[in-house]
Amino acid sequence: MSVNFAHEIDERRPAGTDQVVLQVEGLKVYYATPTGDVRAVDDVTFQIREGEIVGLVGESGCGKTTTAMAILRLVQSPGRIVDGRILVDDVDIARLNERELRQIRWTKISLIPQGAMNSLNPVMRIKDQIGDAIETHEGRQPRQALKERILSLLSTVGLPSRVYKMYPHELSGGMKQRVCIAMAIALNPTLVIADEPTSALDVVVQRVVGETLLDVKNRLGVSMILIGHDMGLMAQLVDRIAVMYAGHLVELADVYSLFREPLHPYTQLLIDSIPSIKERKPLKLTEGITHDLRNPPPGCIFQLRCPHVTDKCRTVVPPLLEVAPSREVACHLYYDA
Amino acid sequence: MAGLTPQYVLRRLGMFLLTIWLGATIIFIIPRLAPGDPVAAMVSRLTAQAGYIENSAEIIAAWRERFGLDGPLWVQYLAYMRNMLTLDMGYSLSSFPSRVDEMIFSALPWTVGLLSVSTILSFLAGNAIGALMGWPRVPRWIRALLPTSLTFTSIPFFMLGILLVYLFAYELRWLPPTGAYGRGLTPGWNWPFIKSVIEHGILPVLSIVVTSMGFWALGMRGMIITNQGEDYMILAEAKGLRPSRIFLRYGVRNSILPQVTALALSLGGIAGGSTLVEYIFAYPGMGYLLYQGIVNTDYTLIQGIVFMLILGTATAVLILDLLLPVLDPRISYER
Amino acid sequence: MSVSTETVTAPAVRTAGLNRWDSPWLNTKFLVGLSMLLAVVLIGVVGPFFWDTTLARVASSPLNLPPAWVETDLPGIGKPTWEHPLGTESNGRDMLAVLIVGTPRSLRVGLIAAGVGMLVGVILGFSAGFMGGWVDNVIRTLSDSVITIPSLAVLIVISAYVRTVSVENMALLLAIFAWPGPTRLLRSQVLSMRERGYVQMARLSGASTFAIMFKEILPNLLPYLASSFTGNVSAAILAATGLEALGLGPTRIPTLGMTIFYALRAAAILRGMWWWWGFPIAALIIIFTSLFLITIGLDEIANPRLRGVKA
Repeated sequence: MSVNFAHEIDERRPAGTDQVVLQVEGLKVYYATPTGDVRAVDDVTFQIREGEIVGLVGESGCGKTTTAMAILRLVQSPGRIVDGRILVDDVDIARLNERELRQIRWTKISLIPQGAMNSLNPVMRIKDQIGDAIETHEGRQPRQALKERILSLLSTVGLPSRVYKMYPHELSGGMKQRVCIAMAIALNPTLVIADEPTSALDVVVQRVVGETLLDVKNRLGVSMILIGHDMGLMAQLVDRIAVMYAGHLVELADVYSLFREPLHPYTQLLIDSIPSIKERKPLKLTEGITHDLRNPPPGCIFQLRCPHVTDKCRTVVPPLLEVAPSREVACHLYYDA
Repeated sequence: MAGLTPQYVLRRLGMFLLTIWLGATIIFIIPRLAPGDPVAAMVSRLTAQAGYIENSAEIIAAWRERFGLDGPLWVQYLAYMRNMLTLDMGYSLSSFPSRVDEMIFSALPWTVGLLSVSTILSFLAGNAIGALMGWPRVPRWIRALLPTSLTFTSIPFFMLGILLVYLFAYELRWLPPTGAYGRGLTPGWNWPFIKSVIEHGILPVLSIVVTSMGFWALGMRGMIITNQGEDYMILAEAKGLRPSRIFLRYGVRNSILPQVTALALSLGGIAGGSTLVEYIFAYPGMGYLLYQGIVNTDYTLIQGIVFMLILGTATAVLILDLLLPVLDPRISYER
Repeated sequence: MSVSTETVTAPAVRTAGLNRWDSPWLNTKFLVGLSMLLAVVLIGVVGPFFWDTTLARVASSPLNLPPAWVETDLPGIGKPTWEHPLGTESNGRDMLAVLIVGTPRSLRVGLIAAGVGMLVGVILGFSAGFMGGWVDNVIRTLSDSVITIPSLAVLIVISAYVRTVSVENMALLLAIFAWPGPTRLLRSQVLSMRERGYVQMARLSGASTFAIMFKEILPNLLPYLASSFTGNVSAAILAATGLEALGLGPTRIPTLGMTIFYALRAAAILRGMWWWWGFPIAALIIIFTSLFLITIGLDEIANPRLRGVKA
């Protein structure tokens, strides 16, 4: 296996304490369709520790974004959370009433949205959009104090102070994305969910936004879920990686081990398809999810594409188990009999 | 950066002039495309009746002078355009010594009042109803009630006017059927007069508001619903903002702008429709004056009023267009 | 009507009651409106076989009779009779005959005017959207200008000069103001459509502009076009009725608007003769409401999101 990013990963300090800030247990999110429920997220369990960044990767439609939206309870109709617990500081978000939910949003968990281009209200100034998040949760603020706070947030993400009075359409894509980052950290939340924060940007801007994220994380010590399929960005930023396939979590490991020795056949495929400058090779990851999400096959979710498929895979669902220290995988190949 | 750029203002001003020119030209050309020149026919008819009509010689002279009847069509057109642009509408044919512009200016305040009050009320009420219809948080029973307010949408203003007159003026006798104020009252800032103006205004205003607010409601409902899928609405919810704030600052605020554009586009229709309302209620505005012009075949009066309606609507549209960039920071970029 | 299902069904918002055969054309408002309209058309088509339409002429019937089921002691009003079930007016016309003769005429004016306006609008809108540049600029500026002219007022001037108009000429006059709506609609739709994937693909694979217009774009626009058309029919009937109610329509034939004009001129409201103006208005309200329901039904068919929230 080629480990393109090993030099970057090795310098990483071991991040995170043992304090768990988010615990997701048995989360199921289904979308109603005319021909049955699509199981977008099916029995997903993981936890985020204080101060760590966990990357959530997988191909389009695998349920990454749905998982993130479920944590904020923002799954849009016709989707719904069918089952599971989402614990933040021992509070189950899945069971809060609307008022309690509003109080938790942004103070405990904030979001850096996928489409920064359209995520800012086009007719409100930047200051008002950051300001309304602050004032909603902390009450009316003295004008001058609020202004200084917003300006310092903007400078944290490397934006000039003139952005304060501007409208979204006057900003570039990268600037809008950094406004969203500034907004996400405005209330010092416990957890920031960054949903493909760089996917809509060009390569140079991607790098700048990536550095901004890393800088913010190092300074504030905030925990973060970083969703994306850019393995390069993941290698730079995250401490642990969770790999999703067709609504299931198939592997969860620290980033170093995962890149050096991916266990799940799907993860192997994913890592193998990272383009390398050094060698030319055929792209292996070509097909998407092959089965019908309304009607998954019995047994392992990956059986139809797995090169190592056995009879057991076709009947028994492999659970996500810890096979080595801080290495969890859902694959029959690695379980000790 | 945002707001009124010189190009935007120039373009809008150009549209303003173009609209007026187009309207005036249509009024001039189309009647002349018809077989037989109606103006010439009118003059010869007047000439034949010269002995029987008072002031007929002056009227005929006025006609010849106004329309340059002896010159070719383009000379007539130039004379006509010059007269219109200088607001020189000439003499009324039916009540000869009075000038058309004097007659129009005494009717103008009533029309402006009726139109602005009813348009603003209808716009506000319609958008409020539409916004509530489109907002999923509104209680079910309210949302079930709202569409009943749209029952009379799509019916011409004046038809509802007839129904209202019959119901409230003839059957119930609650409100006066016609006119703008009671007989024997002195116009001015005195309470009996103001009260009478309000009483006389209720039915005409209602017939416009009730029939037109449905269009605003439907448009607003569509905008609000379409808006709900936008990313910024989801982020606003993620921010934990109060539903009322999301509704007003994120939902309604973004949906109202296309509605203002739609308002500018529909002013012409509203102005046209209200002429009929004035006719039904014998409301002494320009629509009623127009009806009298038709009854008396007073072409100068008709032409003058319609030109003023075109001018007035175009001015209102221009004002709205110049207001839009102030309301919407994006506008000068998009157009 | 199998067109455009793929654009329409995609993001269905409803969660219940969906199935494979749930065609978007089975829209309640659309169907109710359509049946109302068909009922009106039926009266116009079948009516003459059951009722003597010559009774719509002046002085063909006794004057001032109320509808057959109304006993009234109003001055000057005769005794009700089933000879004239909807009553008669002061010129001696039978109201039922007037309705049977007048209703189809109103519809016809609307259909012709909207048809011509739609044709012009489709051509101009497509040209503007596809050619862009100065063509687009000229067409857009013209349609934006014409749309703000108070059309009814201009039509009043024209018909005041040209006193004798036929139904067809009236329709053509109305069409002068019926094209900017469809033009604007088509222009904006074409502009957004031409950026979509399948149109780009057709272009890359060498299809001609003309072929793209008619094979790829037009079918997807059908619901929009239809909704704009019915909206225009309604607007044209409104204008025609308005002119007639001012006494400016075709004078020989009793149209619904003309009947309202005579009723108003004879002060029928204040004489209590509600049937004189009430029946024509009722007929027009049915026409307008049916067209309105069809229009918003078609809007919902064209834009599935609007179906999400039940109104």
